[in-house]
Amino acid sequence: MRWVAAFLAAIGRTVLQTLAMIGRLTLYALDTISHMVRPPFYLKELLQSLMNVGYFSLPVVGLTAIFTGGALALQIYAGGARFNAEAVVPQIVAIGMVRELGPVLVGLMVAARVTSSIAAEIATMKVTEQIDALVTLSTHPMKYLTVPRVLAGLLMVPLLVGIGDIIGVMGGYMVATRTLGFNPGTYLKNTVDFIETLDVVSSLVKGAAFGFIATLLGCYFGMHTGRGAQGVGRATKSAVEAAAILILATNFVLTSLFFSI
Amino acid sequence: MIELRDVHKAFGSNKVLRGINLSVARGTSLVIIGGSGTGKSVALKCILGLIRPDSGLITLDDMDVTKGDRDAFLARFGMLFQGGALFDSLPVWQNVAFRLMRGSLKRPKAEAREIAIEKLRRVGLKPEQADLFPAELSGGMQKRVGLARAIAAEPEIIFFDEPTSGLDPIMSGVINDLIREIVTEMGATAMTITHDMTSVRAIADNVAMLHDGVIKWTGPVSQLDNSGDPYLDQFIHGRAEGPIEAVR
Repeated sequence: MRWVAAFLAAIGRTVLQTLAMIGRLTLYALDTISHMVRPPFYLKELLQSLMNVGYFSLPVVGLTAIFTGGALALQIYAGGARFNAEAVVPQIVAIGMVRELGPVLVGLMVAARVTSSIAAEIATMKVTEQIDALVTLSTHPMKYLTVPRVLAGLLMVPLLVGIGDIIGVMGGYMVATRTLGFNPGTYLKNTVDFIETLDVVSSLVKGAAFGFIATLLGCYFGMHTGRGAQGVGRATKSAVEAAAILILATNFVLTSLFFSI
Repeated sequence: MIELRDVHKAFGSNKVLRGINLSVARGTSLVIIGGSGTGKSVALKCILGLIRPDSGLITLDDMDVTKGDRDAFLARFGMLFQGGALFDSLPVWQNVAFRLMRGSLKRPKAEAREIAIEKLRRVGLKPEQADLFPAELSGGMQKRVGLARAIAAEPEIIFFDEPTSGLDPIMSGVINDLIREIVTEMGATAMTITHDMTSVRAIADNVAMLHDGVIKWTGPVSQLDNSGDPYLDQFIHGRAEGPIEAVR
């Protein structure tokens, strides 16, 4: 009986801690949004964050997208061959990349690259009292550290998703035209004809949402780190895990909203 | 004048401050001594608003520090952190001039750099070290950069958290002399936390000893050796036996 009570208490504690964290995260997100529209604005920090989140993520996003697009073309061709539907490769690659794989893979890559680096950097600043130093120098850490990074995520990740979508489709195009015998002109025409405005809009909206989540969680876990190197490590790990899960959950919700019948 | 009245602060079940009463007169230098983990840094951070006390009142010139314009309040302070707390993404001069490059004290970049280099010279660093990054400096140099940053905007009140910890005796002496000079020349009010009794005698006008979350003794530095307080005597002579338990 005591064992059952202890088990239920452990579950209860975990649920309460999770709910408390969701509450704190929600308040942190609202606070971040409110600071985005109130001066002072730190333009130099914003430009640095735009470069870090956007420009420096391009190689990893490009490589991920091109290999995924190529693999997708091979899979669809092989799978489609089972019921004589090999010709749908351009359409399925396009819809798969633009609606789902492009935004999700870019979101996860940003979570791996950017969320981890933001969480580790801010957590280190916290444990070395740099955040306290910012406050004593009359600089609000939310405005100086969080707002530029989250704004950069919000603005740059949709751009990365758009670029990832194009590169992914081109990966499929290269594989299809060079190894699967598709006609280049017909492949491109089928791709362009099949994609609808809603597909592109949903992709970019997902990108903005994922960028917001990835950067916000990096900042949140960095600011709420425990002590020492172990605290920094835990904050980084928790930030990436939470960002990845929340990106996938948000993807499901947004897909349901955009494409529910 | 800074005044703390019956300030309490606990972290979970750990009651760090159990009713601190302390006052620091304008233009004087108070050094707070006490064992590790007795809440000295917490007391300083409560004054600055970095930590919110559970109860009690902290005033600056008879004004509650939790009320009023926070930016104007913080503009009156400078702080040297224990580990320096330099921003490692910025070069040395931008660390020193941080406050002068943004906010209400903002100056043109060239002027801010000039002031930073002057402050660096004041703490014994060369102009060519201004463009290095903090990671390229030794511990003693980082401490001096932290000191230059604390005084860059010529604040009325300066806090020094363990200014000589981790430094060799010669560098400690240099930092102590610098602090005393700066406080005297600028006419600033200073609060310093240290375990180093040489620093206490070099820096302090008054000394307060914090133990078990309360101020056990306070008085002028000249009375340090004949206070008659057993806690203070044990601490300043570094004895294992006495009312303070060596293993806490």
